[in-house]
Amino acid sequence: MNKRMSNARAYRAAWLAAIVVVALGFGIALVKVFNENLVFFYTPTQILSGDVPQGEKTYRLGGMVEVGSVQREADSLKVSFVVTDLNNKVPVQFNGILPDLFKEGTGVVADGQWDGTTFVASEVLAKHDEDYMPPGVAQ
Amino acid sequence: MIAFISQFSLALATVLALFGAWAGFRAVKGVYTHAPAVPLLIAVQRNVLLVFGLVCVSFLGLIYSFVVSDFSVRNVAENSNLALPVFYKIAASWGSHEGSFLLWVLMFAAWTQAVAWARFEVSACFKVRVLATLQLVLVGFLMYLLLASNPFEYLAPTPLDGRDLNPLLQDIIMIIHPPMLYMGYVGFAVTFAFAVAGLLEGRFDMTWARWSRPWTNVAWAFLTVGIALGSWWAYRELGWGGWWFWDPVENASLMPWLAGTALIHSLAVSEKRGTLRSWTLLLALTTFALSLLGTFLVRSGVLTSVHAFATDPERGVFILALLFLVVGSSYVLYAMKTGEVGQGGDFKATGRESLLLSNNVLMSAALVTVMLGTLYPLVVEVIGARKMSVGQPYFEALFAPILLPAVLLMALGPDSRWRETSLAQYIKPGAVALGVALLVLLGAALINGHFSLLWAAGVVCAVFMAVATLAHAATATRKAGSSVPQSGLLYRMRRLSLSYWGMVLAHLGVAVFVVGVSWVKTFETETDAVLKPGETTEIGPWRVTFIGVDSVQRQNYVAALGVFELTRGDGTLIHLLEPEKRRYQSSEQTMTEAAIHTDLFSDVYISLGDAVQSSTSAGSWGVRLYYKPLINLIWWGGALMALGGLLTVFDRRYRPKKNGQSA
Repeated sequence: MNKRMSNARAYRAAWLAAIVVVALGFGIALVKVFNENLVFFYTPTQILSGDVPQGEKTYRLGGMVEVGSVQREADSLKVSFVVTDLNNKVPVQFNGILPDLFKEGTGVVADGQWDGTTFVASEVLAKHDEDYMPPGVAQ
Repeated sequence: MIAFISQFSLALATVLALFGAWAGFRAVKGVYTHAPAVPLLIAVQRNVLLVFGLVCVSFLGLIYSFVVSDFSVRNVAENSNLALPVFYKIAASWGSHEGSFLLWVLMFAAWTQAVAWARFEVSACFKVRVLATLQLVLVGFLMYLLLASNPFEYLAPTPLDGRDLNPLLQDIIMIIHPPMLYMGYVGFAVTFAFAVAGLLEGRFDMTWARWSRPWTNVAWAFLTVGIALGSWWAYRELGWGGWWFWDPVENASLMPWLAGTALIHSLAVSEKRGTLRSWTLLLALTTFALSLLGTFLVRSGVLTSVHAFATDPERGVFILALLFLVVGSSYVLYAMKTGEVGQGGDFKATGRESLLLSNNVLMSAALVTVMLGTLYPLVVEVIGARKMSVGQPYFEALFAPILLPAVLLMALGPDSRWRETSLAQYIKPGAVALGVALLVLLGAALINGHFSLLWAAGVVCAVFMAVATLAHAATATRKAGSSVPQSGLLYRMRRLSLSYWGMVLAHLGVAVFVVGVSWVKTFETETDAVLKPGETTEIGPWRVTFIGVDSVQRQNYVAALGVFELTRGDGTLIHLLEPEKRRYQSSEQTMTEAAIHTDLFSDVYISLGDAVQSSTSAGSWGVRLYYKPLINLIWWGGALMALGGLLTVFDRRYRPKKNGQSA
C-alpha cells in the first residue's frame, strides 16, 4: 500500500519535472527569439543625432517622402528618395518595386541599414491603411 | 428618412435587449424547476426575435442608403460614390468602421436568434440564462453603435458625390471575408454564454459541454473560413505574393482561432469524461475575450497608430471598457464558482485525454507566442518607451516547433482510447504510416532535387498524420458494417458518426495545409526584373515573355494593363497573364492587381511595378514575378478544416429526441 503510494508520488514528480523542463525550454527559446527579432523604429532626427545603437542589424526608418525627391535610375529598379520628419532629412536608396501606397508627400516606413550617409532599404513597407502616418510626422 | 428609421430601430433594439436581459435574469433567479420557466422562456425568445428583426431593419436601411447613394449619411459619403458599381455599393455597407460594427451586431443578434430557435435538451431556465447573457452583451455593443460609432450620422451640407470605397476592398473576397470572420468571432459568444449560464447555475454536468460543442464547432468553422479568405485576399489583392504577414490585424483573428481550437478539444474531454471542466470553462470565456480583443485591435485604430488612438480615444476607450466589463465580470464569476466544478475521471499518460490535453498545451503555447509578438510592441509604445515591431522570423521560428508536434500527436488521436491505451495500440498503425511518410519524403526529395529541414519535417509529419488518419477511417468503416453482411461502402460510412468524419476531414485539412506551407516556404522563388517588350525571363519551370503594356478604361478606374505570355517545355503558349496597375478616379489611389496562373495547386504570379526610363528602348517596366509551388494547398487545407467543423453539427446526437422535453 505504502509502496504504491510512493510510486504514484514519484510518477507524479517525474511528470511535473518533465513539464517544468519543457515549459522552461520553451520560455527561454521564446524570449531569445523574441529579442533577436525586435525591429526598432527611428525617425531621421534620431538617426542623424546618433541615437541608433551601434551594431543594431536592421531597423526601421519612418517619416514622410519629401516632395520632388524621388529619382529613378534608367534601366533598373534603383530608386532614391529623401525621408523627412520635417526637421531632418535622410537620403534613402532602394532597389526593388515600391508599394502602391508609396507617394511623395505621404508617410513611409523602410526596413534597412544606415551606412553613415545613406539609408539602404531592404524593404519599403506597404501599410494596410492609406491614412497611416508615422508618429514623427503626425505630431 | 430611411436612415432615421434605421437609427430608431437600433435604439429600440437596445431598449428591448436590455429589458429582455433584465427580465430574464430576474425571473430565473432561484428558479430551478422547469414548469413555470417555459412561458417565461417563450417570452424571452419572442423578445430575442424582436431585437433581431429591428437590427435587420437597421442593416437593410444602411444597405439601402448605400445603394441610393444617400450622401446625407456621413458613412455613405465617406465610403461610396456615384461611380461605384452597385455590387460594391452594397459591400461598402460593411466596408467602413461603423458599418462593420453594425454587421457585427447583426451577426450577434442572428446567433442569439439561432440559439432561441435551436431545440436542444437543456432546462428552460438554462436557456433563459444563455439568452439573457447574450442580450446583455449585445446591449453593450448596441450602445457603442449609438453613442460612439453611429453608422447613420447626419451630414450637412449634403455633398454632391462621395469619396470612395478603399480600392483594396473592391474585391469579391473582401465582400464575404468580414461576414465570415464576424460569424466566427460572434459565434464564440454562444459558447461564452453557455459557460456563463453554467457558472451562474453552478451546475457543471455534461449537458452544457455536450450542447456547447456544436456551437463552438460552427463558430470555429466560420472563423477558419474567414481567416483563410483574408489570407487569400491578401495574397491576390495586396499584389506582393505573401499569404500571411504576421500583421497585428491578422494575428488578432488568429488568437481566438487558436483558443477556439483548444476549446473544441477540451470540450471533447469534458463531455465524454467529465474531466478538465474548469479549464474548459476558462477557455470558453477566454476565446470570446480574444474575439473581443481582436475586434478592439482592428477597429479601435490602435494599430494604425497608437498616437492616433490617444488623440481620438472615444471609440477605442469605449470598446476597451466594454472588453474589460465583459471579460472582467465573467472572470470574476469564474473565480467565484470554479471551486464548485470538481474533479472528473482519472486518466493515464497514454489515454486520449492526455493527447487532447497536449493539443491544449501546444495551442496555448502558440497563443502566448502570437500574443507576445502582437501586444508587446503596443504596450511598450503606449507607455512611451520606444516604437518597435516584432519581425516575421520570430513567429516563424516558433510556430514550426509548436505546430509540428501537434501534427504528430494528431496521428495518434484516432487510435487512442479514453483513460489508458496500450502502446501496442499505437505502434502498428504508427509504424505503417511512418513508413509511408518516409517513402513519400524520399520520392519528393528525389523529384525536387533540393531539400530543407523544415520541408522534410513538415512533409513527414503531415503525411504520417494523413496516412494514420485515413488508415483508421478505413478500418473503422470496415468494422462498422461487419454485423450486416454485404453492406455497401456508403452504408458502412454512414454508420460512423458525422462527428467522426468531421474530425477526419479537419485533421486531413491540417495535413494539406502543412504540406502547402512546407512547399511554399522552401521552394518559392521571386524575381524583380526590368523587362523590355519582347524580352523573356524564367521563373520556376516557366518562361515568361513580356509583350507590352496597354492602357484601359474601366467603370471607376483607369489601368495600365501588362500582357505576358507564359510558356513551358517545348514553347507552346500556355496562358496569357494580364496584371494591372490601376488608378482609381475618385480617390486617386494606385493599386496593383496581380495576375495569377494556377496549375495544379502551384501558382505563377506577376505584378506590375512602375514604368522604367530607358535609354535604349521605350516601354520597359519593372515587374515582380513569383513561382509559388503548391501554395493553393494552404487554402484548400483551410477549407477542409472548416468543412470538417461544419459536418460535426449534423451529427445525429444533436437532434433532439422525439419524446424528450425539448425547450
